[in-house]
Amino acid sequence: MFEILEKKQMAQGTVCMFRLKAPRIARKTRPGQFVILRANERGERIPLTVAETHPEQGWIRIYFQVVGKTTAMLARMAPGEIIQDVIGPLGVPTHVDKVGTVICVGGGLGVAVIYPITRAFFDAGNHVIAIIGARTKELLILEQEMNSVCHELHVTTDDGSYGRHGFVTDVLKELLEQRKDVGMVMGIGPVPMMRFLCKTTQPFGVKTMVSLNPIMVDGTGMCGACRVRVGGQTRFCCVHGPDFDGHQVDFEELSKRLMMYVPQERESYQRFQAEVAGGSSR
Amino acid sequence: MSEKSEHSHKSKKERLPRQPMPEQPPKERIHNFKEVPFGYSPEQALAEASRCLKCKKPGCVPSCPVEVDIPGFISLVAEGKFFEAAAKIRETNSLPAVCGRVCPQEDQCESGCVLGKKWDPVAIGRLERFVADYDRLHGSFQMPPMASPTGKRVAVVGSGPAGLTLAGDLIKKGHEVTIFEALHEPGGVLIYGIPEFRLPKEIVKAEVNYLQKLGVRIETDVVVGKTLTVDELFEEEGYNAVFLGVGAGLPVFMNIPGENLCGVYSANEYLTRSNLMKAYLFPDYDTPIAVGRNVVVLGAGNVAMDSARTALRLGAETVRIVYRRSRAEMPARAEEIHHAEEEGIVFELLTNPVRFLGDDRGWVKAMECVRMELGEPDASGRRRPVPIPGSEFILETDMAIVAIGTTANPLIPSTTSGLETNKWGYIVTDETGRTSKKGVWAGGDIVTGSATVILAMGAGRKAARAIDEYLMSL
Repeated sequence: MFEILEKKQMAQGTVCMFRLKAPRIARKTRPGQFVILRANERGERIPLTVAETHPEQGWIRIYFQVVGKTTAMLARMAPGEIIQDVIGPLGVPTHVDKVGTVICVGGGLGVAVIYPITRAFFDAGNHVIAIIGARTKELLILEQEMNSVCHELHVTTDDGSYGRHGFVTDVLKELLEQRKDVGMVMGIGPVPMMRFLCKTTQPFGVKTMVSLNPIMVDGTGMCGACRVRVGGQTRFCCVHGPDFDGHQVDFEELSKRLMMYVPQERESYQRFQAEVAGGSSR
Repeated sequence: MSEKSEHSHKSKKERLPRQPMPEQPPKERIHNFKEVPFGYSPEQALAEASRCLKCKKPGCVPSCPVEVDIPGFISLVAEGKFFEAAAKIRETNSLPAVCGRVCPQEDQCESGCVLGKKWDPVAIGRLERFVADYDRLHGSFQMPPMASPTGKRVAVVGSGPAGLTLAGDLIKKGHEVTIFEALHEPGGVLIYGIPEFRLPKEIVKAEVNYLQKLGVRIETDVVVGKTLTVDELFEEEGYNAVFLGVGAGLPVFMNIPGENLCGVYSANEYLTRSNLMKAYLFPDYDTPIAVGRNVVVLGAGNVAMDSARTALRLGAETVRIVYRRSRAEMPARAEEIHHAEEEGIVFELLTNPVRFLGDDRGWVKAMECVRMELGEPDASGRRRPVPIPGSEFILETDMAIVAIGTTANPLIPSTTSGLETNKWGYIVTDETGRTSKKGVWAGGDIVTGSATVILAMGAGRKAARAIDEYLMSL
C-alpha cells in the first residue's frame, strides 16, 4: 500500500528522500506533523517528519538520514517497493500565525523538517528569514526549496566550504542584534544545535520553538517512550509535541534519553552491514 | 432443591479431583517465552467435563459477562464432541482461546460453580481453552449461521477485545463491519500488552483470522482522530454507526523525581517493545529493549506481573514487585501471582517509591523507598497505605517498570464533536454503550477505566445488540 514513488539520495548518500504513496495521510498532514514508519515485518517503528504533501495526488515526501540499520535498510529500497507501515499524521501541527518577522533555522537533516514550517510562515504573510547549515557543502540539503519560501536565506557551513564559515547560530545572533522586530525563532536540527540555538536567543527574549525528536514507539501517547521535560513537567512528545518552547526544554535529559539504545543500535547496524557485505538478502 | 438431588445422584463423580493442567517447570520457563501451561489432553478434558453437575439453574452462566452456555459446551466435551463444543462457545464468545487463557475465571464463571462450594469448581476456563485449541488445531472452518446482508455499515475503532467481540456479533447479524486499528497489527492489548508466555500471538491471530473469514474487514495503521476523524467516518466514509473500543492506553507515572531517567519504563512501553515489536528476539527483530540486572516493577496488577515475568525472561537476575499496600490488596489474579512467585519474583510489599537516583549517563541506579502501614479505609474501600516516618531506604536497581495503571487517551474525544467525557476523560455512555453522539457507541476500558479482557468483551456484546437495533431502525 505504501509504495515508494520516487527516491533521491543526497548529501553524499547520507540523506535520502522518498516520495511515498499514502493518500489518507497526504490529505491530513499539516506542517510540523510526522509519520511513524516500519520498513518491514521485523522492523522497528521510527518517527519521520513529513516535508511535503500532495493531497490530490495522494503522496507525502519524507527525508531521513542514514544513521543505523533501519535507515540504511530504507536507503537500499527502490521506487516501486513497498514500505510495510506508515502511520500518521501524528503530533500537533506547528502553530503558524502572522507574527511579523520569523526566523527559521535548520541544521543538517533539520532543514527537511523546517522546510514545510518555513513555507507555512511564508504563506501566512510573515517576513521570513531562513538560516540553514551543514557541516560541509556536500551535506547541505534543500537550499533551492528553502530559498523559494523565504524573503532572505542565509547559508552556513562549519568548514567554510560554502556560504558563510561558521554555525547557523552565528548568523542568528547577528540578526537578533541587528533587528528588533523578530517575533519568533523556530529552530530544528540535532539536539546540540537546538540547545545552543535556544541559548543564543534567550538573552534577546525572543520566543523560540523547537521540534523535538526523542525515541518513540507507538506515537499515539500510549507508551511514554518519548517523554521530555518541558518547564519542569513531563510531556509526551508524540501527542503534546513535537514543537515545544525551547527555553523550557530540558535538553540534557533529552540527549541522555536519545543515547539509551546506542549499544544495541550499533550491534544491529554492524550485523546488517556484515549481512549486506555477505550478500544476504534480508 | 433440584440441585441438591443432583448432588446426591452424582455423588461418586464429585470426588474426582479437579484435573491439574500440566505446565512448564519454573526453572525452565524463566529462560523462554513459550506458553507456561500446556493445556489439557483430550483425556483430561473428558475427565474434567465429567465433573460438571449439569445444574438446572447453573450458577456459572450468570457470572459470565458474555453469557457462554457453559453447561451446554461442557456436556458436549463430556461426550467427546469437541468441535460441537467449540461451536457452542462461539455462539456468544468470539475469542474462546483468549478467554480460556486470560479470563479471571475464579472471579467469574468458576465462582458461581456449585461444586466449588464444597470441592474445587469445574475448571471451566481450562475446558474452554482446550475446546478452542482443539478446534483450531484439528477443526476445519465452518461458517456459523449468518443473517442476510442488511446493507448497513459499522466502523469499529480499536481491535482489542471489545472491538473484536462487537465485530463478530454484528457481522453475523448481516452488517458490514470494518475495524480500524492504530497499530500495525490487530488485537489491541492482546497483542501489545499480554506476553507470549501467557497468550501466544498465534492464537490472537487465529481468532482475528476467524473474524476475517466471517467477512470483517480490518484496516491497520489508521489512527482514528488523526488519519480519519469519527465525523469523517460518517460523512466521508459512509458508515451508519461507530463503536469506540480504543481502550485506556495512556500510561500513568508516579510524578516522582528521576522518573525520566534512562531505564525507567512505563509498563506499556516495556510490554509493547517486547510483545508487539518482539524485542525479546533482538537482533533478529530490530526493536531494542534494555536488559536490567536488578529490576523493580512498581504496582501489583496483572500488568505488573507480566512486566516482572518478562524482565526475568529477558535476563534479569532479580526482579522485585514494589507495592504500597499488602498482599491481600494486590489486584493481580491469584494464578499470575502464583506463577510469578514460582519463578522467583520477590514481593516488596507495603513499600512506596519516593524518587529515582541516576548515574552520570542518566541511567537509573537506585530507588529510594519508604515503608508503609495500612490506615483507615479510603474511597476504594481498601485500607489506605500511610508512610512510616524515617523508614526510607535505598533499593539498588538498574531498571524500573512503572505499572501503576493507565488512563484515557484524549485523542478521540478531542477530535470528535459532541462526544461527552467525564472528568477523568472517559467516554460517558448509557448501559448499552450509547454515547452522547448520535450513532456512536463506546465500550471497554475507554468507558470503565482499566478492567479485564472479558469485561471489555461483555461491553462489546451489549453495544452490538444496541447497534443492531439502531441500524435496523434506520
